[in-house]
Amino acid sequence: MGIHIIKMPDIGEGIAEVELVEWHVQPGDQVSEDQLLADVMTDKATVEVPSPVVGKVVSLGGNVGDVMAVGAELIRLEVDGAGNAAAAPAMPAATVQRDASADAPTPRAAPQETGPVVSAPAPSAPAAMTRNLSQSGPESGAGIAQRDQAASASAPKTAPAPAAGALRQPGEKPLASPAVRQRAADQGIDLRYVAASGKAGQITHADLDAHVARGGPAQAGAQQGPAYAERNGEHAVPVIGLRRKIAQKMQESKRRIPHFSYVEEVDVTELEALRGKLNARFGDSRGKLTLLPLLIRAIVLAVREFPQVNARFDDEAGVVTQYDAVHMGVAAQTDAGLMVPVLRHAEALDLWSSAARVARLAEAARTGKIARDEVAGSTITISSLGALGGIVSTPVINYPEVAIVGINRMVERPVIVNGSIVARKMMNLSSSFDHRVVDGMHAAEFIQVVRAYLECPATLFVE
Amino acid sequence: MTAQSTTLLIIGGGPGGYVAAIRAAQLGIPTTLIEGAQPGGTCLNIGCIPSKALIHAAHELEKARHYADGSALGIKAADPTLDIAQTVQWKNGIVGRLTGGVSALLKKHGVQVVRGWAEIVDGKTVEVRPADAGSAEGATTIRCEHLLLAAGSEAVALPSMPFGGRVVSSTEALSPMEVPKRLVVVGAGYIGLELGTVYRKLGAQVHVVEAADRILPAYDPDLTRPVLASLQKMGVVLHLQNTVLGLNAQGDAVRVRAADGQEAELGADQVLVAVGRRPRTQGWGLEKLMLDMDGRAVQIDERCHTSMRNVWAIGDLTGEPMLAHRAMAQGEMVAEIVAGKRRVFSPASIPAVCFTDPEVVVSGMGPGEAQQAGIDAVTALFPFAANGRAMTLESTDGFVRVVARRDNHLILGWQAVGAGVSELSAAFSQSIEMGARLEDVAGTIHAHPTLGEAVQETALRALGHALHI
Repeated sequence: MGIHIIKMPDIGEGIAEVELVEWHVQPGDQVSEDQLLADVMTDKATVEVPSPVVGKVVSLGGNVGDVMAVGAELIRLEVDGAGNAAAAPAMPAATVQRDASADAPTPRAAPQETGPVVSAPAPSAPAAMTRNLSQSGPESGAGIAQRDQAASASAPKTAPAPAAGALRQPGEKPLASPAVRQRAADQGIDLRYVAASGKAGQITHADLDAHVARGGPAQAGAQQGPAYAERNGEHAVPVIGLRRKIAQKMQESKRRIPHFSYVEEVDVTELEALRGKLNARFGDSRGKLTLLPLLIRAIVLAVREFPQVNARFDDEAGVVTQYDAVHMGVAAQTDAGLMVPVLRHAEALDLWSSAARVARLAEAARTGKIARDEVAGSTITISSLGALGGIVSTPVINYPEVAIVGINRMVERPVIVNGSIVARKMMNLSSSFDHRVVDGMHAAEFIQVVRAYLECPATLFVE
Repeated sequence: MTAQSTTLLIIGGGPGGYVAAIRAAQLGIPTTLIEGAQPGGTCLNIGCIPSKALIHAAHELEKARHYADGSALGIKAADPTLDIAQTVQWKNGIVGRLTGGVSALLKKHGVQVVRGWAEIVDGKTVEVRPADAGSAEGATTIRCEHLLLAAGSEAVALPSMPFGGRVVSSTEALSPMEVPKRLVVVGAGYIGLELGTVYRKLGAQVHVVEAADRILPAYDPDLTRPVLASLQKMGVVLHLQNTVLGLNAQGDAVRVRAADGQEAELGADQVLVAVGRRPRTQGWGLEKLMLDMDGRAVQIDERCHTSMRNVWAIGDLTGEPMLAHRAMAQGEMVAEIVAGKRRVFSPASIPAVCFTDPEVVVSGMGPGEAQQAGIDAVTALFPFAANGRAMTLESTDGFVRVVARRDNHLILGWQAVGAGVSELSAAFSQSIEMGARLEDVAGTIHAHPTLGEAVQETALRALGHALHI
């Protein structure tokens, strides 16, 4: 038997470190060739690491959420034959720990209330989180489950010796008298998640009371509390993976860029009429158009007059680079979180090509199949919440760009035209600019030009 | 053909089936139970209860014979005689009272009992043929929402020596017409040894043939050693590591082959084949459901649910351990699940008892099992030779043993061997189910003078401070 060490692969050009986002195996697992070992992430692309060999997992090189250097030991497998490691010691030093509090998922890091929690079982808190949040959509999902796994994986290492019967090991059967077991079954409580107070890990009736009082998962029929019951649950959601990237970028943008926001009202009655006619005529042959490609076209034309908004500002070097091309970022919500796929060379696309490409990018982002170069390099960004557009938003600039245009909800409103009140389709554009390099007047003029294009849509097609 | 429908339909009125029926009826579920023979199943009719009756009778006879030999107690009696017909009648009386009691309980709770043999049509329909083939009544079709399979088990026959003539199963051995002069028992498991001991005490010459190298192979050797000594003292002849080849040409002897290849014949007026039991899966249409099987047994999950929706199975039909008390607990649970409660079958221990002489009882993990599970365990043993009550009962063979975790002293298992230790199973299982630590048992005052004191002393010894040894 030998030891085979798999190192963190170099998965992107010039990337020195990657984040570990999910383990698919645990120590002791038997793995076959090509079986997935882990998911790692750079920038915004997730890469799966398969096993090149058949073997048994001896140890994992890091916890979910760790940022690891390329070339660091990712996993250690026991294999038939010599393996590739000459009994080398593990190299945990290569692991870069960031935000120790969030990254080190020891069992004790979980939120524990006071009370008789002498012996909090390791899986308790993370498991509760999984239960409560796994269906809450884009926020959490995979990340939580990973944290749960990480907690289980690290428990054997970090758990104190069970001299006082303190902790239940993962997978160990909970210990409780028949009456406690039956009461738990009746109340829909999974005893694996109940903190035990007994010296040997026994769960008592009092422990069940405490669990229910703490907001433990005693729902599901039998024991639904009154509608106004005090609720004291806390659920720590680790910010890892894509969510951490989003957090970092948002923080970077707001810290570095003095945002200047500007909202203007646009009469899109004619634009909508045009869109309706185009869809009636070409809808079947070329696909239905939304407002988005028309807005992209308007921005493409407007930035020709205001090149300072189609730019990227390298504030360390002190250089604003203006671009002739318009690489339009289009913010998209995915299950994992916000992503900004890039419509490259939007200036070279007609309405239908641009619509088709945006649709493909959004789908790729949603299914996690997007390539790294499709989420980088935008020069200006559009953010649309569709039907949730609201009246006004204050979009956050996609750093290091200098402008972002948000689309608000379109509504029919009474408007005075030539002295009489008529119903017009109105829509707000909420935009933000980097006030360091875009003056307020220019920003306003830029939006006015966009508005002029949209209100007189024929001009969109005049060269 | 008549048709009826019910909510819960139970096939089999053994300990699992009748307990499920009573509990379901208590919970207000319309329940129908199909039984072809007497209610009570193997346990009441041809298993636990009749065997214990005969064991008691044989024990009494042996005691009386002991007095005739001149007892240390100073009791003298004349040479006792045995009227086996009356013994069997007495045993049948007990069985009759108990099965009658079960019928009365079922009736009292409003369970509809259909007498006849079930034939499954589909997962919600069962046809019942009258138990009495000549009956004027035709078959009845019963439709149900939930079907509970509790058909039990049957004795395994040897292909080389099928049942018939001199070759009998435990069923026949429990209703002897006369005591055979020479009995050959095939199988040194608990059934073979319990009945072999009975027949030895009733006066037969008993030879036990066993393929393994020791008796009661399912139990560890320390536990079975006192049983072995007792069998040898009684004059039961053991043929270990011997395989049975079949009857000889005359049909009056069992041919066996030893491990060294040497063949021998054991003369026999009767041959009891007790090589195990298997789930009763044939002959009642079970195969039509095409359920997932676990070997010969019906596969169930922790709720006793089979692979078919609303079809449940309990007891011996679902495989080892084939114990009445397991089936009863499962039956009670399934009734509660059908009534809408959330239940899983997760006992901390299922005790098992051999009513050999001396008795053997185990509950929870033995030392070997704890080691296999990778648990660092302490083991302690207290001999009945140091127990006052045992001395007064003239039964100082045997001991109580405990297995507990070394780190937190949680009790993992109990084992005992000795006269009357079967009654200790209640204390053993309760302490395990309650999650007791050694200190809990050691700190409980046990009445003096009782055999139970040995339990407390065992816990004390495991803690390193036994008082009476």
